[in-house]
Amino acid sequence: MKKIVTAALAATMLTSIAQAAEVKIGFVTTLTTGGAVIGNDQKKAVDLAIKQMGGKMGDLDVNLIYGDDGFKPETGKQATDKLLKQDNVDFVAGYIWSNVLLASRKSVLDAGKFLISANAGPGPVAGKLCNENFFSTSWQNDQTPQAMGEVLNQKGVKSIYIIAPNYAAGKGMVAGVKSTFKGEVLGTDMTKWPTQLDFSAELAKAKASGAEGLFIFYPGKAGGAFMKQYQQAGLKDSLPLYTVFSVDALSLPKFQAAGFTDVLGSQFTQFWDPTLDNPQNNKFVADFRAAYGSYPSFYAAQAYDSMFLIKSAVEAVNGDLTDMDGMRAAMKSASFPSVRGEFTYGNNNMPIQNFYLREVVADADGNWTTKIVQTVFEAHQDSYAKDCPLK
Amino acid sequence: MDYTLLFLQVLNGVQLGLLLFLVASGLTLVFGILDFVNLAHGSLYMIGAFVCASLTFLFGNFLLAVLVALPITGVVGFVIERVVARNLYDKDHLDHVLATFGLILVIDTLTQIIWGVEGIAVPLPAWLDGQVQLFEGAVIPSFRLLIIGSGLSVAAGLFWLVNYTRLGMLIRAGASNRTMVSALGIDIQTLFALVFALGAMLAGLAGMLISPITEASIGMGNQIIITTFVVIIVGGIGSMKGAFIAAIIIGLIDTLGRSFLADIFGLVMSADAASTAAPAVSGMMIFILMAVVLALKPQGLFPPKVR
Repeated sequence: MKKIVTAALAATMLTSIAQAAEVKIGFVTTLTTGGAVIGNDQKKAVDLAIKQMGGKMGDLDVNLIYGDDGFKPETGKQATDKLLKQDNVDFVAGYIWSNVLLASRKSVLDAGKFLISANAGPGPVAGKLCNENFFSTSWQNDQTPQAMGEVLNQKGVKSIYIIAPNYAAGKGMVAGVKSTFKGEVLGTDMTKWPTQLDFSAELAKAKASGAEGLFIFYPGKAGGAFMKQYQQAGLKDSLPLYTVFSVDALSLPKFQAAGFTDVLGSQFTQFWDPTLDNPQNNKFVADFRAAYGSYPSFYAAQAYDSMFLIKSAVEAVNGDLTDMDGMRAAMKSASFPSVRGEFTYGNNNMPIQNFYLREVVADADGNWTTKIVQTVFEAHQDSYAKDCPLK
Repeated sequence: MDYTLLFLQVLNGVQLGLLLFLVASGLTLVFGILDFVNLAHGSLYMIGAFVCASLTFLFGNFLLAVLVALPITGVVGFVIERVVARNLYDKDHLDHVLATFGLILVIDTLTQIIWGVEGIAVPLPAWLDGQVQLFEGAVIPSFRLLIIGSGLSVAAGLFWLVNYTRLGMLIRAGASNRTMVSALGIDIQTLFALVFALGAMLAGLAGMLISPITEASIGMGNQIIITTFVVIIVGGIGSMKGAFIAAIIIGLIDTLGRSFLADIFGLVMSADAASTAAPAVSGMMIFILMAVVLALKPQGLFPPKVR
């Protein structure tokens, strides 16, 4: 009996040595609750990326482990701790929600691992709390609404009303649009997040304010709910809507199925669009559509990028995952093929990149998607970079 | 003070209150009469929304879908009563809570398997998708008026049912002394199953009415059920009248708090602090109300006479 136990132990140890030739990546996203729509899209993109890599980064096998944040900061932190302590991952990527990222970042960075945000970009992480081991494949929260503020100026909008959810990202979005919009902000409503989905009171206030435009930020299903109530309230002509992160490739097929034609022609700003013409993006969009039959969302695009960023790091050090400096330098160079085209990293490891104005249109086959109307910012850096002590 | 805006916000509050009443009436019936704590009541709200959403696409007509989805939700409630609830009536409340919490997880997962995680946006017919002008400056989406109208008629129907019909009499008698009622030859089991199914239909109707505004989505029931418990606690458990009045009060507090609290706070603090504090405080207000009611009248505002 003792011999068998010893043999079994030895075998286990041998397996774990054999398994050392792999890179372990944890990916924390939302896989349950209504937020799972976004998480599933990210998961599709990550799975696609790994498949395209043939399951390997350099000579190492990729061992991808998903963590579910359940749409809650505390659950997200637990999932992160489990990835670090139990699975002992080399990279932790993902994070849709700013509050989840803020709750989880310390665990990852204290463990001396790389943290890669594939969506959330709250101000502190780009500024005072910046860290050499944190990288973003998305954007800083304020940038996209800053671009929208600039668009509003160009359109000659004199006054706006703002409705956004009361959490880290919502506040960033409001701060962003206020920082570039030159007109008057007639009112700001911060709603309970994520439970409030009925915006009748806020819409009535916005209308009564007499503003020339309405700016909102409602990611995920709240965006769909808002768009519908906006249409039902009949405000399209009197109070034009300007959005960030509220209309995406996840909600458009639903809107199309339900016939919400008011969405066609609506415009919003973003760092990426499926029509951006570069080899990596063309391949990503074509393969994603072939595999899953729908357009990828920007969430998917960022998740896809995060895998190629990690791959560039692993390959630069020839699979020596103890060489943190080598991997960091490789990621900092932003030399991986990105779906957004070429970009650079700022001192705070946030991308310095272009922002575009996108418009909802029907494609050649009649599917609702988006196209680029104009470039709003070129090589735009977030405003928190100056607070970051990193060079 | 902008009275038009105030009027609109009161209407919005009443509409929210009526939706809450639809869910709360079923919960208070089941809790008060069957003495059964049903945390999964919100799941019936969700099932109503999803069934109605699917049928809307099948029939191409929202109202027809509601009419067909109502009995389906009732049947689901009937089955849940038979399979789950009936075995738990003589257990204590903690067992009810545990079992029905498990039921929430089961139903949420089943919904995810059947309908996916995406949720369904529900289209409305054109005549419901527009707006109605009540008077100068007061424009309200027509569908919200429909919610108010149907909520009020269901409330009226329920009062009639419980107070003036034979079924209502049996329900009240069953709540008062179930052994006596069954000794008089009434099939109390079937009666309770009917009450449960009725509660399911009411919750389902609320889900159907909200789905064109938000959408049918997983977990939607878990968000409303907490507020609903506040409603029945404030109103008095088992009291239909209490549920109605408490639902309207809570709908108004929530809506008016969201609309005007930031302005009121703005008088005494900076605009930034006010816009951050107001949503937090307005979210708390209904719980503060519940705490006050519990302190002053632990049985709720309108405790039922027969308990």
